[in-house]
Amino acid sequence: MTTNTTKEIPEAATVPPPGAAPANKVPHGHSRLLTRRDRITLGLMAGLPTVLHIALVWVTALASIALAFTTWDGIGFDSIKWVGLENFKELFTNNPQFWPAVEHNVIWFVVLIVIPTPLGLFLAVQLDKKIRFSRVYQTAFFLPVVLSMAVIGFVWQLIYNPDTGLINSIIGANEPGKYIDWIGDPDLNLWAILIAASWRHTGYMMILYLAGLKGVDPSLREASALDGAGEWQTFKNVIFPTLRPTNTVVLVVTIIEALRAFDLVFVFNKGAEGTELLSILVTNNIIGESSRIGYGSAIAVVLLLISLIVIIPYLVATFRKERRA
Amino acid sequence: MHDLSPSGLSLPSPSRRTLLRGVGGAAVLGAGIPLLSACGGSGTASDPKTVTLGSKASDPVPKKAFADIYAAYKKKSGITVDVNTKDSNTFQEQINSYLQGTPDDVYTWFAGYRMQFFAAKGLATPIDDVWKTIGGNFPEAMHKLSKGEDGKYYFVPLYTYPWALFYRKSVFQEKGYEVPTTWDDFVALCKQMKKDGLVPIAFGDKDAWPALGTFDQINFRQNGYDFHVELMAGKASWTDAKVRKVFDLWTEILPYHQEGATGRTWQDAAQTLASKKAGMYLLGTFVAQQFTDKAALEDLDFFAFPEIDPAYGQDTVEAPTDGFMMSKSPKNKTEAVKLLQYLGTSDAEDIYLKSDPSVVHASTKADTSSYTALQKKAYDMIVGAKSLTQFMDRDSRPDFTSTVMQPALQKFVRDPKGVDSVLSSIERQKKTIFASS
Repeated sequence: MTTNTTKEIPEAATVPPPGAAPANKVPHGHSRLLTRRDRITLGLMAGLPTVLHIALVWVTALASIALAFTTWDGIGFDSIKWVGLENFKELFTNNPQFWPAVEHNVIWFVVLIVIPTPLGLFLAVQLDKKIRFSRVYQTAFFLPVVLSMAVIGFVWQLIYNPDTGLINSIIGANEPGKYIDWIGDPDLNLWAILIAASWRHTGYMMILYLAGLKGVDPSLREASALDGAGEWQTFKNVIFPTLRPTNTVVLVVTIIEALRAFDLVFVFNKGAEGTELLSILVTNNIIGESSRIGYGSAIAVVLLLISLIVIIPYLVATFRKERRA
Repeated sequence: MHDLSPSGLSLPSPSRRTLLRGVGGAAVLGAGIPLLSACGGSGTASDPKTVTLGSKASDPVPKKAFADIYAAYKKKSGITVDVNTKDSNTFQEQINSYLQGTPDDVYTWFAGYRMQFFAAKGLATPIDDVWKTIGGNFPEAMHKLSKGEDGKYYFVPLYTYPWALFYRKSVFQEKGYEVPTTWDDFVALCKQMKKDGLVPIAFGDKDAWPALGTFDQINFRQNGYDFHVELMAGKASWTDAKVRKVFDLWTEILPYHQEGATGRTWQDAAQTLASKKAGMYLLGTFVAQQFTDKAALEDLDFFAFPEIDPAYGQDTVEAPTDGFMMSKSPKNKTEAVKLLQYLGTSDAEDIYLKSDPSVVHASTKADTSSYTALQKKAYDMIVGAKSLTQFMDRDSRPDFTSTVMQPALQKFVRDPKGVDSVLSSIERQKKTIFASS
């Protein structure tokens, strides 16, 4: 990205001097420049994605919002029955898994922000110092991000396996009486999974921050060094403030990660007690035979509302900034 | 040169991205279409010499066993069975849309409520004409299992297998244990095993369904088959004292179960029995799959869950049964009927069991001479049963068992003291689920 813009700017600057060109261009008019083929191509290029987008995103989203107010077993459209707010009432008062799921989604977000994000920033700062084998470290820390979540879940589930897993075997907790049930115990399993999630998220954050740090103007560092600032002061007062755009991206990415958390947990223990998540509740209710599509949609709508509450302030802030610019 | 750029000839990255997205979208759609049509089976079923069949038997052993049956049928009748096999879990998850689309003429499925549900929804064809010829092959209990709520037949059973308490003969011999037939003996045996340093009952409930099996056993021993049916159908209440009694009994033996059950798969639990660290294990006969050592497999034996209430004794056996159904409007109905008539014979069952010896015949006319000792015992147990149950997730609504019962029983297993709140929560959720259709 950065290389592109720096290259384009000088070019753009050299365009005006040839001078006469703009005068020639005006009489042609904008429309003459587009042949019929061009317009068809453009129409297709813009139209096809729009149609796909509307059909696959908007229609389905609105349909699932509508379904949230019905009960439907997925068999024939005539079995859809309007029930008003029943699904939500049931969800808020009777479902023993719903509130824990909301809580776990929030915990997921808080933990990702509090642990792997600063850790990723720390690693990025260290790797930015041109230490030896920097590339090797980068690769090592980034590797978990390349792996699919399902694979990560599977690997960590082997580590946590109460009978044959790495941890219990090392500390000798796989015998009757001294059991530590990392996967099944609701006081432990969420944290066990969050360690796995943080393990991956740290690498992700590291790469984002590393890219941000590469964009920091070296003269800023020089200036602050000349002013006699120490390393920590330079970081705190000069480098970190310039990382603001990166921080915004990090925040958004982390929120998205927390809301869509699913695959890791599903592979780990299918969202059993202690690790319920909204996304897993949606899946459990909708997928399968004689599914509760209305009820599952209601959970999905709750998830959508939470996403909106988080995303709207961000969008408002971004648009406001753009308008000002 | 720069004049050209607005005309789209040298448009930079944005247009390429849109194009790629379009291509990507088209690729997704394109990939989706064959997937969808795969659900619908092959479209060439108008051929009078072909019957299409949707199969969930994706594991190598059952897949080959089924293929052998169809090959034998082709040799016998000249009719080709065009099999459309899907991954077992996917098949079950997509069954709704599969049966509503253009399903194959015949499909593999489970007996019990899970069959009756689709029969009641009009997604299966009644096959009373098939049962006119095969009826004599099956015991009364199988007749009962194959009927829909309207009293018509919808299902042809192929094989079945019982749930029971498995143990190692050598361990029982060495320590002088006796097979318990009553609840008190059973509890005493558990105590003794614990004293001897064994895990009395191996248990792994990570997948959440094994606990359903334990509940079933205690429930129909304590309250009888009829109550099991009422409870599964959503008619009896989960806050009933009878249900509470089941959980009290369960609480009594729960300390003798393997610790940390909710984090352990059934395969791992089976390994503790295989390695003689556990004394007993309640599961279906498929537990034998985990006994890869031949000597250990021969050492494996089982007994029926002990009697609790003498009024019911051990008269009920949990014996999940798999078989076939006919879809709502088969393209080749005459041949589909003939195929089902063949599948309902002990010949077809013989061929299946040759490749998959972990199950037994559903028919009473079968040749049991080639059975292993385990199979013989399982067969006798099923034939001698007064009533057969299918397992909670086949006898009740799947949405109820998977979204309510599985997490509830996991919770109970972990914290048996909270049983009252678990039960009232089950009852509340049950009411809405069973009221919804």
